[in-house]
Amino acid sequence: MSAPRPSGLVITASPHVRSQDSTPVIMWNVVGTLVPVIAAAAWFFGISALLVIGSAAIGALITERVFGRGDSLADGSAVITGLLLGLTLPAGMPLWMAALGGAFGIGFGKIVWGGLGQNVFNPALVGRAFLQAAFPVAITTWPTGGGSFWTLRGDLFALPFMHPVTDAITAATPLGLLKFEGQGTDLTRLVIGNTGGSLGETAAVIILACGAYLAFRGYLNWRIPISIFLTVAALSTVIHLVDAQRPDALFMLFSGGLMLGAVYMATDMVTSPVTNRGRWVFGAGVGVLVVVIRLWGGLPEGVMYAILFMNALVPFINRATQPRVFGSARKGAA
Amino acid sequence: MSNLAWIFVSTLLVSNFTLAMFLGLCPFFGVTAKIGTAWRLGVANTFVMLLTALSAWTLNTYVLTQVPFLRTIAFIVVIASGVQIVEMAIKKFSPVLFRQLGIFLPLITTNCAILGLALFQTARQYTLAESIVFALGGGMGLTLALSLMASIRERMDVADVPVVARGMGLVLVVASVLSMAFMGFAGMGSAP
Repeated sequence: MSAPRPSGLVITASPHVRSQDSTPVIMWNVVGTLVPVIAAAAWFFGISALLVIGSAAIGALITERVFGRGDSLADGSAVITGLLLGLTLPAGMPLWMAALGGAFGIGFGKIVWGGLGQNVFNPALVGRAFLQAAFPVAITTWPTGGGSFWTLRGDLFALPFMHPVTDAITAATPLGLLKFEGQGTDLTRLVIGNTGGSLGETAAVIILACGAYLAFRGYLNWRIPISIFLTVAALSTVIHLVDAQRPDALFMLFSGGLMLGAVYMATDMVTSPVTNRGRWVFGAGVGVLVVVIRLWGGLPEGVMYAILFMNALVPFINRATQPRVFGSARKGAA
Repeated sequence: MSNLAWIFVSTLLVSNFTLAMFLGLCPFFGVTAKIGTAWRLGVANTFVMLLTALSAWTLNTYVLTQVPFLRTIAFIVVIASGVQIVEMAIKKFSPVLFRQLGIFLPLITTNCAILGLALFQTARQYTLAESIVFALGGGMGLTLALSLMASIRERMDVADVPVVARGMGLVLVVASVLSMAFMGFAGMGSAP
């Protein structure tokens, strides 16, 4: 509201400094940084990667369009959910399952909570946890990379309730190899991403570069990934020193979905703490849980569960790390 | 020692009474609207669980050896009297909490997590120390589940939830997602 004065001065209420950033700007920037990650997935897994990611995104978008309020499609957050979900799936995932995961993630991870900004759990991870619980075999069958771009890996076009008709050549993930066969994987291959695994698990360098760009623009808070990396590195170094059979820090950092989870999922503005101290705590919690689940759990990978669990703790963390109101008495001070 | 620690972690997280075994859902949905009430009920439950574990172990070892078919009835009587004691204590020392908990305080009696605790510890033939750790882990796991649910529900109060999902609908969704998050701990300890 402005009221022009005779002298030509304009008097307005605060805020006086406005940021150019809005929710759509941030969200579409994140979508932009996901393009190289998806390109890397397509490089390793060919057309199958694009099909799986595409169906997850379509499932998410349709659900958002049908049940979302107003033009909530335009803010780009549903696209991010769909793409991220797609990146956590193996290349041979039947497409209808990927689409169902996207629909579940948006529907039960976001819409029922009241839409963007109100959800407690990361929608993409809700979708993935649902798929993991519903189709444990399909989601842990990882086809090999390489070969022709046009190779269809696995049973992409399977219909619901049908038995699989085609067999895929599969490869164990580095974490699976370590857990079930006691085999390590060469670090260079891990960093470049030339390993078995989910679509977005493999391009560590690209994910880090995109994360650095987002952090530089202020679209994600660097404290969360840094605190996750530090915790995982420190914990696994200690455990590696005590028991040399356990993997070292570099393996833990570059294998599995840690990069994707730490950079893109744990940093979700809606489902991470609002205070800086809380963000350190949140990251440390994710790091500890990742190491614990990977080393002692029944599953080879635990990034998804670690982040979901810490999402549930966020209201707690926010409450516990509330900054002192300026000028008020310190706790314990008389 | 490591066995005790394992029992504790297992009941706290891996097979959490509420989120992995779906016992004690009644307070989980009924008394989780406010975090203060929720964790106090959790503490009251933990206390009853400790009492139950102690008396169940004593009964199993000294009294019920000849009449194992009376086990369930004996446990129920023990739990009911334990809850009566807790109820009187809370009424005396914290009338506000007594009013907040309302019907759910006597309902601890019928909380299946507590009878489940007594039956599990019998079936697994826990020693006294193991029973107490088991009860402690179970009670704290229940408290954790109640507090998590309550903190999320307090945040939901300010969210603009669609009409169809308002109230218990969304609470059920929250419970399912929480439970999926706890699936990550499944199988822990069985791996090499």
